[in-house]
Amino acid sequence: MISFRIVKREPLPGWAKVVIPIAAIIVTLILSAIPILIAGGHLWKSYYYLFYGALGTRFNLLETFVKSSPLLLTGLAVAFAFRAKFWNIGAEGQLLAGALTATALGVSLGGVPQPLVLPIIIIAGFVAGGIWASIPALLKTKLKVDDVVSTLLLNYVMIHIMGALLFGPLQQPGSSWPRSSAIIKAACYPILLARSRFHMGILLSLFAVFVIWFINKKTTFGYRSKAVGVNVRAAHFGGINTTSVILWTALISGGLAGLAGVGELCAIQYRLIMDISPGYGYSGIVIAMLGNLHPVGVLFSSLFFSVIIVGAQTMSRMTGVPTYIAEVIQGMALMVMLIFLLFTEYKIRVMRK
Amino acid sequence: MGEMLNIAFISGLIGATMRMATPIIFATLGEILAERSGVLNLGIEGIMLMGAMTGFLVTFASGSIWLGVLAAAVVGMLLGLLMAFLAVNLGLSQHVSGLGITLFATGLAMFIYRLHFGSPTVPPIIQPFKQITLPVLSKIPLIGPGLFTQYSLTYIAWLLIPVMSILLYKTKIGLKIRTVGENPVVADTVGVNVILTRTLCLVAGGALMGIGGSFLTLAHQNMFLIDVIGGRGWVAIAMVIFGNWDPFKGTLGALIFGFLDGLQLRLQGMGIAISFHVFLMIPYLLTIIALIGVSRRAAVPASLLKPYRREEKGG
Amino acid sequence: MTNPNQPVVRMSSITKHFLDVTANKNITFNLYPGEICALLGENGAGKTTLMNILFGYYTCDDGEIFIKGEKVNLSAPKNAISRGVGMIHQHFALVPSQTVLENIIIGTDSGKGIFLDLKSARQELLELQERFGLQIDPDARVWTLSVGEQQKVEILKALYRDVDILIMDEPTAVLAPAETVDLFSTLRSLVKEGRSVVFISHKLNEVMDISDRIVVLRGGQVVAERKTAETNTRELANLMVGRDLLEIIEKKTLNAGQPVLQIENLNALNDKKLLALKNLNLVVRQNEILGMAGISGNGQKELSEVLFGLRDPTDGIIKVNSVPLKFGSPASTIQLKMGRIPEDRIDTGLLMDLTVEENLILENHSSSEFHRYGLMKAGRIQQFSEDLISAYGIMTAGRDAVTKSLSGGNLQKVMLARELAGSPTVVVASQPTRGLDVGAMEYIHQRILQERERGAGILLISEDLDEIFALSDRIAVLFEGIIMGEAFGEQACREQIGLWMSGVKT
Repeated sequence: MISFRIVKREPLPGWAKVVIPIAAIIVTLILSAIPILIAGGHLWKSYYYLFYGALGTRFNLLETFVKSSPLLLTGLAVAFAFRAKFWNIGAEGQLLAGALTATALGVSLGGVPQPLVLPIIIIAGFVAGGIWASIPALLKTKLKVDDVVSTLLLNYVMIHIMGALLFGPLQQPGSSWPRSSAIIKAACYPILLARSRFHMGILLSLFAVFVIWFINKKTTFGYRSKAVGVNVRAAHFGGINTTSVILWTALISGGLAGLAGVGELCAIQYRLIMDISPGYGYSGIVIAMLGNLHPVGVLFSSLFFSVIIVGAQTMSRMTGVPTYIAEVIQGMALMVMLIFLLFTEYKIRVMRK
Repeated sequence: MGEMLNIAFISGLIGATMRMATPIIFATLGEILAERSGVLNLGIEGIMLMGAMTGFLVTFASGSIWLGVLAAAVVGMLLGLLMAFLAVNLGLSQHVSGLGITLFATGLAMFIYRLHFGSPTVPPIIQPFKQITLPVLSKIPLIGPGLFTQYSLTYIAWLLIPVMSILLYKTKIGLKIRTVGENPVVADTVGVNVILTRTLCLVAGGALMGIGGSFLTLAHQNMFLIDVIGGRGWVAIAMVIFGNWDPFKGTLGALIFGFLDGLQLRLQGMGIAISFHVFLMIPYLLTIIALIGVSRRAAVPASLLKPYRREEKGG
Repeated sequence: MTNPNQPVVRMSSITKHFLDVTANKNITFNLYPGEICALLGENGAGKTTLMNILFGYYTCDDGEIFIKGEKVNLSAPKNAISRGVGMIHQHFALVPSQTVLENIIIGTDSGKGIFLDLKSARQELLELQERFGLQIDPDARVWTLSVGEQQKVEILKALYRDVDILIMDEPTAVLAPAETVDLFSTLRSLVKEGRSVVFISHKLNEVMDISDRIVVLRGGQVVAERKTAETNTRELANLMVGRDLLEIIEKKTLNAGQPVLQIENLNALNDKKLLALKNLNLVVRQNEILGMAGISGNGQKELSEVLFGLRDPTDGIIKVNSVPLKFGSPASTIQLKMGRIPEDRIDTGLLMDLTVEENLILENHSSSEFHRYGLMKAGRIQQFSEDLISAYGIMTAGRDAVTKSLSGGNLQKVMLARELAGSPTVVVASQPTRGLDVGAMEYIHQRILQERERGAGILLISEDLDEIFALSDRIAVLFEGIIMGEAFGEQACREQIGLWMSGVKT
């Protein structure tokens, strides 16, 4: 009779923190062979086009960066929240809040001096996302409402707010589709490299990585949010105002997601449509976990997913494998990463009796 | 306004309430089973979607609608098993395991659907369930016609509610499930296999969730759209809390949601001049408000969210 | 008929490793029918681990177990129970929200098919209750029962399963003296019918009282075996710790100064919304230790939680150095320079997944000494934590070591270091030495005495009467939320205190 027990193990050395996610990525890519083969795609051709589509030409490479920007921001948003054990599954709704605000301002700030337009929109989008995230945070701290459920449900509320506005006041005059008018020129993110869509927002998200890293590592707030995430009771005992910590965490987290929405609007779509986000908010969860909730980890993990998403388009065209393979890979990556993370703390003991 | 109070409207509304509540009842019962044993299953939305897609696909391919339902149940069971492996056997974070399953199952559902059907301009359809009118009961004035003209899956849902209640409160296995959910150490020391119990609950719960999802493509509608579940899985999670983890009370929540869903459709159809998106929002808002009302008194199963590992040295 | 000379349980060469420690080294332990065998040793000696192996809750890495002459492989408690072994742990394995009956029948096969048969189970239970004199209402919900009653439910649970080898882990830790007497008479009637009892304890007097035979464990090994009639507490103490147990407590005679902690008319509710503290009045002065004695469950938890800022009282005033404390605010207690040692250091006091340094800095991370413009002053913090680690002799790999890697004694040292670093005016310590080995206990006692000498006023809430008597200048007894009486250390008589603890006013 063989049975298995999961028991604690000696802690792994520091380099494991970097190796584990990489190993998870490699294993995920290997496992992706299964859906590729089921779809009848030629295995090596598929992998080739996956990577070629993402990295093979200058345009493709720049596109990968473009796609990584919203993923990086939502990944940071979720990682920042999860670190304090604020289960923000609502990044999608917070992203939309940012996009909505950017739209409303982007079509109406015509009379404002040009250099001011973008800063106003960016700040407003950040605040909008932050406010949308602070609602569930307040519900959690004051009324004990579960944050998983409330952030999730608010995603749907926001989608419908957006829908109501797009079929209403924000709708492009003369159109019967739910879309807004185009935003003014001054509200568009400048494109930084010719013949591509590589835009200012990408630099903004990279800057956000640094900011979040700085907050986490160097500030007293970062210490407090870490403490609250580790043991909220002990943090409270130690005099930390846990309500305030959770609220500010939510504001910043939602704000980052809101920035992702602003980016999608002002750099990619230039007008608001219902499908402005193909689930970036949810992808952010996978990206955050794969990055082990660390800003730099999130950066690399968002690049990985961007490669997959962008590459899947080319792969699909050339081999017929549906583009949804990107979502399948995403889900698999999360599970693989979770399992690998487990084995940093535990090992399996085989018992033979 | 006077139209609202006429019998046909009310009757139609009652019928719609039951109909719209059905997938949520299945999902809520499935989730109650999981959570009572101590596992929060956030894979519910993905499992329902896979159930919807699988049910549709199998029905389309085989021509048998019940085979579709069965396939949906089986898929739900497999995903429940996966959740059990991650959250129970390995003891991974239940939040993240569940979300991982939702993301994976969602991607998988769309992948397989696209693989099989491609991207046709006209979405494929199947012959859906027909509603069945129960002979004597449907003659009851006012509520009869609406209440007793339903799809068979709805009648099955109704039967499951008392069955679930009896299971939890009156059987040995129900006591085992509840004890595992309250204090797995206690259960372990009296010889209950905690891991097996939780796994069975997740598998059975998964089957119910899958069937609930299939209702939406085999009865309510007759095609598969990506957003067919539309957050109903999350609503079920909320309904479990709202119903204090009890099958009857959870169903009450599902009915309220179904009522709002049905009402919203009818009011739209009557051309009430409010954007239909505002209507769509209302059920979710009210669910949140309902949660606010109950969260203080919640009788959460005490071991919810905690993985059970026996050999952690306690002294 | 069992042969009294043949052991009913034979454990030979049992070894058990955990990640950081070997809890049982090559232990041989026998249990004979009809006896109460005490397993004696200080905290951490390996007693509970050994018995958990017999109960099938843990599996040994090496060794063999024979029950009633048959070699057994115990991979789960289920196997042990089927062979007649039952264990009652320190923290009861009961589900508070369920009824007594449900708790007792869980997992058993009573009933028709898949349905529970509460009626016949109830019948059987009542019969058992009659036989052994353990009267409890089967339909009461466990959370409403007193600790002593809950223990009876645990015993009934074992008897219902025909357990004839009963293991009890520190059963008297939570009982009042009268309840202990009750328990002992129950145990005696159990063994009269041929059952055996293993009585795990570190309390010498009780072990001498109840047992027939004593096995002493130290550092994971058996160091001695004695017939109770042939030994005494002095010898046992020696065997238990390898030297005379008598801790040398040098207490300077000091005059108590100004009141540093004043509690006036304090009323507070417990979690069941019943009044746990009733018009409590208390004063602690500089240079004095006030020991609060009492069995757990009489309001100590609520008192310490109110003082720590974790619970709002319904009425009353608390002043530290004559400044009123803001209720429900741990920050206020820190500001008023109260050092707090909570009874649950792991869940309430420490951030186990963070480093030692991060724990040490918890309460003053936002003081001007350690931060500026929202940024932490890493250098200052490092110096601070290194100083504390050496001052308190905290055994750790370093200030960056993860706190959960520390042993119990060192965890408490981290707690002390953090709370005492700022030279607090008043120190409230709740069960500060619970679960610690003798070495750690002595260190903590020394520290508390040092604080007293420095001028702090100390409120020591403890269930360990030896500790209370050794350290306190004054002793107060808490019973059902009121102070039954106060006595001065030297004059306090144990019998007096014991009576107060049982609610007898004298």
